[in-house]
Amino acid sequence: MIRIERLTKKFGEKETVKETDLEIRKGEIFTFIGPSGSGKTTLIRLIDLLDWPTSGTIFFDGIDTSGTEQVRLAVRRRMGMVFQKPAVLNTTVAKNVAFGLKFRGVPEEEMQRKVRGALELVGLPHFTDRKAVTLSGGEMQRVALARAMVTEPEVLLLDEPTANLDPVSADLIENLIHGINKRFGTTIIMSTHDMIQGQRLADRIGVIMDGRLVQTGSAGEIFYQPKGKAIARFVGIDAIPGGVVTENRQGHALIRVKDICFEALTDLQVGQRAALYIRPEEVTLTPADVSPAKSSMRNQLFGRIKKIQPSGPFVRITVDCGFSLTALITRRSCTELGFAAGSNVLGGVKATAIHVLPDDEGQAHQ
Amino acid sequence: MDDIAQGVIQAVDLIVTLNPDIMQIAALSLFISLSATCVAALIAIPIGSLIHFQDFYGKRALIILIQTLYSVPTVVVGLVIYLLISRSGPLGFLGLLFTPEGMILGQTVLIIPIITGLVISALSGVDKSISDTLVALGATGSQKILQILKEARYAILSAVVLGFGRAIAEVGVAMMIGGNIRGFTRVLTTAITLETGMGEFGRSIALGIILLALALIVVVILNIITSGLSHDTQVIAGGPSG
Repeated sequence: MIRIERLTKKFGEKETVKETDLEIRKGEIFTFIGPSGSGKTTLIRLIDLLDWPTSGTIFFDGIDTSGTEQVRLAVRRRMGMVFQKPAVLNTTVAKNVAFGLKFRGVPEEEMQRKVRGALELVGLPHFTDRKAVTLSGGEMQRVALARAMVTEPEVLLLDEPTANLDPVSADLIENLIHGINKRFGTTIIMSTHDMIQGQRLADRIGVIMDGRLVQTGSAGEIFYQPKGKAIARFVGIDAIPGGVVTENRQGHALIRVKDICFEALTDLQVGQRAALYIRPEEVTLTPADVSPAKSSMRNQLFGRIKKIQPSGPFVRITVDCGFSLTALITRRSCTELGFAAGSNVLGGVKATAIHVLPDDEGQAHQ
Repeated sequence: MDDIAQGVIQAVDLIVTLNPDIMQIAALSLFISLSATCVAALIAIPIGSLIHFQDFYGKRALIILIQTLYSVPTVVVGLVIYLLISRSGPLGFLGLLFTPEGMILGQTVLIIPIITGLVISALSGVDKSISDTLVALGATGSQKILQILKEARYAILSAVVLGFGRAIAEVGVAMMIGGNIRGFTRVLTTAITLETGMGEFGRSIALGIILLALALIVVVILNIITSGLSHDTQVIAGGPSG
């Protein structure tokens, strides 16, 4: 649907989008995730043809969009955009939604019918004559969504659509986005810094860091097989011990980290340095004084709790076992197991739960 | 003190009895300044929009120049227009000197900068996110400009009102280009100058009151129009927060 080739956008000397190549397929939900200021908004604005790239090309359905303003307008009219902060006109909700149709010269009667349809779509059918400025943030965003959808776009772009909303409104918007994609087959491109949202909605995710698209893949690939430490940290992996492969039997390897041996799956050869990416949800913790239960965990290691950080219904526990290991467990189990800073614990990780990559950084440090 | 009291009494009398002489002067003032304001607005709004929506080299400098011209002395404009339209001037063949049309021309030139400058500020006051939203909704260049002008209309209206205020209150152009000819080019400000010089304080005060009243009426009418419009569309920037 959309092909991006070597796209670069500079603001003065600063490159906000760097040499990006990407293909977005018809009918998919594609989500850009990345920290604030990584260039997500810039990229989305470029795709909506609101700004001109410094270099590179965007093809929309095979059309080269670096042509005349006329070509760009025609392509832009096949897309809809929802901004992070919707600019709402201080008029009725219906008039707000009708703008796109008015610009396209749609006859009055058809316009009214479509506006009603769009408002029904976002669940605000009785809001036609309400003043848009009196709406809550979530309702305003739904009006913005109706306004974008009323022209039946082939591609819907959303820049951090729920960033300013309360969880309930955010949930509603997410469901609407999902529904629109399923019901109309609209290709959806959105950006978010909320990894969970990205994971929930997206068919594919593109991770953007410092203006560069560093990894593209399914949510599973991004979350369990991040390409590199920066991405890993962004998707919630903060324990990445480095070690050396000491044995490898057909991909089943032993990796020594300090004086602990990990079992993990990798093709890295003996002697190569390896980084072990361990998701905190994959780490189990049991009190050290309880005799270790029989477990399929191949990797068991003793340590002492350094820090306990609450994170919603979970707690993130940092354990010092010669290196830092992080575990995510429920608040309830944390209390039940009587964990506190200083407690001795036994951590366990399955061999299959460790994502192993060559550790170039580690070598550079030594 | 006596002069003032008598003057006020005489003024009230002149106004209440609708003294034809005074009424004619007031009507002419209103006609000339309103005409000048209309012509100036028709020129200044497009120019202001053009400057706002186009990017070109020296834009900043041009805006500063326009702002400087807000306070150009009326007599300087009077002098320049006089030289242009006097019999030997390049536009002398038009025969505009000492005519109401000449005064309209002079006041138009006088207030174009202030309306242009304030139109530019009015348009800059419309948030960038509105422009982006309009473009994203598929507006063409002109649809976008039209919509933004519509959003800035209160501020543009006040620019025009300020222009009118400067036009009706000025003396320099009216005196130099109009010549204060009784019954033909005599307007409120030039009449006040003359009557005061002749010691006719009652007439001066009456004219002054009328001048203020006219300004008040115009401002009130514009306010009514504006508040009527405020039931219509007005864009506000930003959306949900927090």
